[in-house]
Amino acid sequence: MKITQISVFLENKKGRLFEATKALGDAGVDIKALTIAENEDFGVLRMVVDKPQDALAAFKKNGFVASLTDIVAVEVDDTPGGLARILAVFNKNDLNVEYMYAFVEKTADKAIVVFRFDDPDKAIVILTKNNVKIVGKKEIQTL
Amino acid sequence: MKEKIAFRDAQKECIDGQALRKYQLERLKETVGHALRTPFYQHRLNKVGIRSSDDIRSLKDLERIPFTTKDDLRESYPRGLLATDMKKVVRVHTSSGTTGIPTVIYHTQEDLDNWTELVVRSIVACGVTSDDVFQNMMTYGMFTGGLGLHYGAERLGALVIPSGSGNTKRQLQLMKDFRTTVVHATPSYMFHFSSKIGELGFTVEELNLKKAFLGAEPYSENTRKKIEEFFKIDVYNSYGLSEMNGPGVAFECIYKTGMHLWEDAYILEMIDPETKKNLGDDTQGELVLTTLCRQATPLLRYRTRDLTTVVKGNCPCGRTHRRISRIAGRTDDMLIISGVNVFPSQIEQVIMKIPEVGNNYQIYLAKEGALDKLTVKVELYSKLFSGDLQDLERLKRKIQDELRASIVITPMVELHEPGSLPEFELKAKRVVDERIKI
Ligand SMILES: [Zn+2]
Repeated sequence: MKITQISVFLENKKGRLFEATKALGDAGVDIKALTIAENEDFGVLRMVVDKPQDALAAFKKNGFVASLTDIVAVEVDDTPGGLARILAVFNKNDLNVEYMYAFVEKTADKAIVVFRFDDPDKAIVILTKNNVKIVGKKEIQTL
Repeated sequence: MKEKIAFRDAQKECIDGQALRKYQLERLKETVGHALRTPFYQHRLNKVGIRSSDDIRSLKDLERIPFTTKDDLRESYPRGLLATDMKKVVRVHTSSGTTGIPTVIYHTQEDLDNWTELVVRSIVACGVTSDDVFQNMMTYGMFTGGLGLHYGAERLGALVIPSGSGNTKRQLQLMKDFRTTVVHATPSYMFHFSSKIGELGFTVEELNLKKAFLGAEPYSENTRKKIEEFFKIDVYNSYGLSEMNGPGVAFECIYKTGMHLWEDAYILEMIDPETKKNLGDDTQGELVLTTLCRQATPLLRYRTRDLTTVVKGNCPCGRTHRRISRIAGRTDDMLIISGVNVFPSQIEQVIMKIPEVGNNYQIYLAKEGALDKLTVKVELYSKLFSGDLQDLERLKRKIQDELRASIVITPMVELHEPGSLPEFELKAKRVVDERIKI
């Protein structure tokens, strides 16, 4: 139930973010969630998209450095304390989160948050055991 | 060693030391005689008491002769240090320096023949035969690298494809269609090929490449290895400069343990660039060369500005001509950064050892207040991108640490996307110095 994240290296140059998103648009790839991690001279754009392989091909074609990573998407109650309840599960079970970000889209009253764990398989087992709903590839595509 | 040792002229190439010195003295006397026909050398040599070739009695007398420098050549432009009747001159090569005033070297037909013969000897030492197909991807024209190897390969009887530089796709098509076995190119052009070959619809396997002669810009042992591995070929290092004809001054043999400098055509000296004192073998110094078989532009004790070391010991190939090591830098390439001497080649060596970055790089120098600021720009290698910012920051620090270990100075390191740093097909411009020149 892992989903694929695509990361792109961006040097700090004007218009580079635009070009990256345009490359995806031109390839008919839909961005479902994104976040940027950056320092003063470069950044990494991370995204969940509907067609990760197409996105990778589009980036390569346009000269971007990109790679795919496994992440886990989780449904979170879009109510006060919703996220905290999930994080409590992580804490209790010693799940180490490297980073997280939220989806733009929602399903009814649920938000979707993606997590990068150092061990995604172990995380999935624990989350399932704790009745946390994990969002799969198919559901992502139809969002 | 999979290749057979081959000679163009075993007698000349394996000449014993005593016979070589005798021959050198003979040729030196003749060369001094030629040189005395130029006002420049007449003036210089008379000042040290040399009025005719008879004043050269032993090779030791060479040390009495003042050095000739690139500036001497520039100052004599365009007539040059011409020592023969212009009617006998059949070709001229000029090379432009960074200052804009070119140097000029004239050649008689005999000069060209001698030069070509040295090139033949050189490529035979690397195992090239008349069965080879030689694709010359160097710039032709005033640049001596292109023409020099062209004529050598042709005289040997190889099939020569004078493709010149540029047009990567056509080059690959030629290589494939004519079953090219040997190429001559710059290392940056070979890297360019390695990055474009797939995209242009070719594979290394369908080509028939066996060897490459890479030159015209300095490159490291790691660069050689990378190119050898990628194309599954042997890369041979060579040394030449237009003032000394061009290619064919020194060349590796199949053992790749330094470049045999053809001592029956050039007298080799090594000096300390600061004190100008002669150095023994095995000490890095500036290479100084005297031409022994040139009529039109004889040059005496020419300071090449190239730093190298004479390799000790005998080469297993049996050639007695001494070997010089890969050029460590140029005395005029040397950068003085915050008082520390740094050669761009040192920086290249570090970068080549780091798999996460590509082969293209740029050294950028600027002033920050009174301090020199060194920035090394590298390109990320796409296949080793993990997708994590922390990994990139670690990589940056690693490059910084390794550079500091090599050059003492701590540089800024910038990571760039592949293809974003300027890549030049002929000579890569690796150093941008924005410090105000005094
Ligand atoms: Zn040898």
